[in-house]
Amino acid sequence: MEAATTKCRCGLEAELEKVLAAHEGKKEDLIEVLYWVQKNYGYVPKEVQVVISEKMKVPLSTVYDVITFYHLFSLKPKGKYEISVCNGTACHLRGAPFILKSFEKELGIKPQDTTGDNMFSLGLIRCLGACAVAPNISINSEPHGRMEPELVTKIVKALKEKSKLADCIE
Amino acid sequence: MRCYRAHVLVCAGSACVTLGCHPVKEAILEGIKRHRLEEEIKVVETGCMGFCEQGPLIVVYPEGVMYCRVQAEDAAVIVSEHLLKGRVVERLLYRDTDTNKPIPFMKDQPSLSKQIKVAMRNAGFINPEDIEEYIANEGYFALAKVLSGMSPEAVINEIKDSGLRGRGGAGFLTGSKWEFTNKAQGAQKYVVCNGDEGVPGVFMDRSILEGDPHSVIEAMAIAGYAIGADQGYVYVRAEYPLAVEKLRHAINQAREYGFLGYNILGTGFSFELNIRVGAGAFVCGEETALLASIEGRRGTPKPRPPFPANKGLWGAPTLINNVETLASIPPIILKGSDWYASMGTEKSKGTKVFALTGRIKRPGLIEVPMGMPLREIIYDIGGGVLNNKKLKAVLAGGPVGGFIPADYLDVSMDYESVAELGTLIGSGSLSVIDEDTCVVDLVKFFMEFSCEESCGKCTPCREGLKRMLEILTRVTEGKGQERDIEDLERLSDFIKNTALCGLGQAAPSPVLSMLRYFRPEFEAHIRDKHCPASVCAALLDSPCQSA
Repeated sequence: MEAATTKCRCGLEAELEKVLAAHEGKKEDLIEVLYWVQKNYGYVPKEVQVVISEKMKVPLSTVYDVITFYHLFSLKPKGKYEISVCNGTACHLRGAPFILKSFEKELGIKPQDTTGDNMFSLGLIRCLGACAVAPNISINSEPHGRMEPELVTKIVKALKEKSKLADCIE
Repeated sequence: MRCYRAHVLVCAGSACVTLGCHPVKEAILEGIKRHRLEEEIKVVETGCMGFCEQGPLIVVYPEGVMYCRVQAEDAAVIVSEHLLKGRVVERLLYRDTDTNKPIPFMKDQPSLSKQIKVAMRNAGFINPEDIEEYIANEGYFALAKVLSGMSPEAVINEIKDSGLRGRGGAGFLTGSKWEFTNKAQGAQKYVVCNGDEGVPGVFMDRSILEGDPHSVIEAMAIAGYAIGADQGYVYVRAEYPLAVEKLRHAINQAREYGFLGYNILGTGFSFELNIRVGAGAFVCGEETALLASIEGRRGTPKPRPPFPANKGLWGAPTLINNVETLASIPPIILKGSDWYASMGTEKSKGTKVFALTGRIKRPGLIEVPMGMPLREIIYDIGGGVLNNKKLKAVLAGGPVGGFIPADYLDVSMDYESVAELGTLIGSGSLSVIDEDTCVVDLVKFFMEFSCEESCGKCTPCREGLKRMLEILTRVTEGKGQERDIEDLERLSDFIKNTALCGLGQAAPSPVLSMLRYFRPEFEAHIRDKHCPASVCAALLDSPCQSA
């Protein structure tokens, strides 16, 4: 199966060149470059790792080392909708485990997985810093507070419909 | 400058954004336009006001009327009633939790009366994107005072005399840190701001960076002057994109106004500031790991000494201070160390920001003088336990802290007294747990966190924590054995004494704290295969007990 990406990759190679050129000779900017790749590709593909390694003159092993160390970077493509359930202390105390269970049930996947149709990824996140309105979740980095297990079905349904609508327009 | 008849302050702190304050702001702007009030009323987006639970929040000045839980649909009423006709919209006012009486004015909020805002002085009052609002509130006055007439030694002495201690967790004397870095030999030195607020359950650094970024920039420039550095880095965690955006904007503005860059205020002092965004790793809050991350590497800690003050970023002497610590600097310079030292206790001076979360009625950010009894913080400011349940304990210091049980609620919240109870002030997280919370389950949750966030460099932390988690998991599943208590104590002791960094050393703290205060509850899990709080699913065998 072809690995699906979250975003269109047409033209990204040219942009990557530009980004790498801007950070030329600055090995310390590796995380910044990877940040850009993760944001634009949705993950860090192997061929991009090779390009980064060559252009930034950083061993490929170091690039891989950094990618696997930080939670933000992933080696696998993420779904179109990346749902992260906050599992910080405040959210845990206010019922985050129940929210997570509802999402697992609704999507049929476990954390760190992506649905077969590449529509949803489920993840855990440690503290979004909005503890007073716990439990929190984020959908594609957009935070939502005061979550309830009952809302989960509605959210998933709404996202599916939104996606269908977007497909029609395309 | 144009004068407006009224100002509408819309809180755009992280909680309010999460709850949808932007559509509310748009709706208010639309209402103002519809009634042609653009010339008379100004809408301002501010940082966190601290009453996060009641968000989205709006405050209308000059009266200072606070509206709570405002939705976009309510905007039209606020505009037509309050802004047009001058009538307060009663149904959106905050109501006292006990008497249910509305409290229209922000200044009368029961939680505010005991607070003193120093680090949070501007958050929620000014527009963080407008440097002039910061300047109007004495912003950059401290930098000007320092550059125009104080020697670096005088600045350091002022900070030392104030008694300010690092607010990130360790509680080291800030002035001494400055002095060490000042005395360290090196042509190039750096100032680093630690904005990697990784402890779950705290969000004061986020609120300061989002609501008052200039206070951090000003303090870093002052620090640069004091230690002899012309370059600084602000390290912000990736989970805070809004903070990065506000900070970036603020740095550009400060540069434009000549508070950063070459020859600041014509005094010959130059200081440049860069932002580094983290990529999600709790351990990067540890200072040596943070420096590794700034250098673009894996964020693993290094043994100290050498301390960063002597050998830090790229081997150069480096001063690392936390966001809240830095935000307290400008007022200390302006009002003097005596003023700051007059607050707090003998050894813990000044004010501390706490994040109240968990099973509490009014969660949010508060800033109080150090040494305030915990009871006042929880009941007078926080409003008490949610649903009037019985308070079981307050968890201080997050996943690397410990419990303060209900019997010790009168403890003075200062570094020393809290340490005596076996926990720490840490970065200021206070999570309330009630009778329905199982401490074993909670401690297991913390151990999961520490295991996941262990960087893997040193064996005690990487392997030891995993063994502890295995034991705790077993206990919550009803498979606990008698020797588990002893094993946990032995492992904790071992990790505490041998782990490489502060985070590893502190990771067993919740377990030790549980064994100190809640031993019977833990023993019930092992001996009676019973979870007294009815949380652990495998231990809910007898319905009469679980009822």
